[in-house]
Amino acid sequence: MNNKQIFNSFLTLSKKEINRILRIWTQTLLPPVITQSLYFIIFGSFIGSRIGNIGDVSYIAFIIPGLIMMSVINGAFGNVVSSFFTSKFMKDIQEIQVSPTPNWVITLGYISGGVFRGLLVGLIVFLVSFFFENPQVDNPLIIALFVFLTSVVFSLGGFINGIFAKKFDDAQIFPVFVLTPLTYLGGVFYSIEQLPEFWQGVSKLNPVLYMVNGFRYGFYSESDVNIWFSFGVLLGFTVFLAFLAQYLLNKGVGMRE
Amino acid sequence: MNKPAIDIKNLSKTYTNGTKALENINLEVKSGDFFALLGANGAGKTTIINILTSLVTKTEGSVKVFGHNLDTELNAVKNSIGVVPQEFNFNIFEKVFNIVVRQGGYYGMDEKDAIAKTEEVLKKLELWDKKDVVSQSLSGGMKRRLMIARALIHSPKLLILDEPTAGVDAELRKGMWEYLIELNKSGTTILLTTHYLEEVEELCKNAAMIKKGQIILNDSVKNLLTKIDGEIYVVETNKSINKDVIKKLGINKVDDNLYEINVSKKKPLQSVISQITKDKLEIISIKPKGNRIENLFLSIIKK
Repeated sequence: MNNKQIFNSFLTLSKKEINRILRIWTQTLLPPVITQSLYFIIFGSFIGSRIGNIGDVSYIAFIIPGLIMMSVINGAFGNVVSSFFTSKFMKDIQEIQVSPTPNWVITLGYISGGVFRGLLVGLIVFLVSFFFENPQVDNPLIIALFVFLTSVVFSLGGFINGIFAKKFDDAQIFPVFVLTPLTYLGGVFYSIEQLPEFWQGVSKLNPVLYMVNGFRYGFYSESDVNIWFSFGVLLGFTVFLAFLAQYLLNKGVGMRE
Repeated sequence: MNKPAIDIKNLSKTYTNGTKALENINLEVKSGDFFALLGANGAGKTTIINILTSLVTKTEGSVKVFGHNLDTELNAVKNSIGVVPQEFNFNIFEKVFNIVVRQGGYYGMDEKDAIAKTEEVLKKLELWDKKDVVSQSLSGGMKRRLMIARALIHSPKLLILDEPTAGVDAELRKGMWEYLIELNKSGTTILLTTHYLEEVEELCKNAAMIKKGQIILNDSVKNLLTKIDGEIYVVETNKSINKDVIKKLGINKVDDNLYEINVSKKKPLQSVISQITKDKLEIISIKPKGNRIENLFLSIIKK
């Protein structure tokens, strides 16, 4: 395939993914907005007013970046694992497999869908947050960088989960038993400085902590961890998962007998 | 000289569960051929197709499509092939039009070209009026035709059809045959697997039979037909055939004035008819029972 054909192929796959997200918006876009609004109401308005400030910001302002990131992570991961596994289940993935579309374009196409949904959901939750608080934005570039790379990392994670999944249950195990605990314990609702030293150390093993803190730094210029180290962790995961996804596709794992 | 459309040498496939699906297969399909691959369920036909379309990796052997090696020129092989699989493998929530256009996109076509070609193939396969219909609401026959349309979007030189007429009614099947014949005449090589052996006799120039992962017969359909000695005809008469004639010719009486007669080289049709009609008996109708290829197929498969 020449470059133009490769681009056409990528565009086809990417448009298919984006159309799917928009077509079933009540499943893809609406639920996170409702869930995060409830978090804003309960944790932000009701409970947050009794908690007081964390650092220099109110509790509700503190949790806004974390809740946005939580939506991005779940949206990106959930979109790719669900779309890719459904394609495997319905066997329409064979439409791409029999075509000359390169494996890296297949990965990129699905990732583009995950990134689109992650960013769109994140943007909507960010806009909704203005009903509850007026979050300051110190560094839009850092916000954009962290939110984009996080959506890429979790899209790749969803893609790899989809490669291994053999039944619908397999597509749910990682999000429920790994992703949700990591997200909830990744500093979305609290600063790890509030934890005893031992648990601070344990928390630092959680990659989501670096993503949430890096993202929050973009809003308030405050972070529990070094911002550049956070960026390094995120970049490292992106590169590692991209190579892993490519390796698995090339080997035909879960796709070819 | 044209390179063969398919050139398979010493092809073997053993699945991870240890099942030997193919054992040392050698098969050549000439460019422009209309070729039938026959065999019982589980004989290995779909495995050959899946290897050709790179959905299954081979264990051993070499595969070339129009001279392009599957191992080293995968894209050229993929561009040469359009495949209609046995099972429906499209997104059932997607519209007919989108399914076909997107397939063009996966082959690198510009959207404009893919849309124009989609219109052409959907019209040819009488699906144009269903273009905005969600694919799951199509009938079984329409779903088959949708997969044929999708396989043709990039104008492949080789069309592989794995039981394309399963679940298609007789009228539509005939229409599909006519289209396949037209495609073949326009230069597209066609490889077909089917359980309707009438289809092979009607459409195919050459055929191979596969049994337990091995090719056991590979010849022209014409030659295969000459190998058949013995065919049962169903004969309807205006009155009963003489009992002595029935005994002599080994005729099987099915009903009043309805008989099954075995015809062979030793007992040709002409002589059978003249013996039956000796008693001023009239033959109302005479037709072969079953399909000749089917009879041959069954006799070989049973061995």
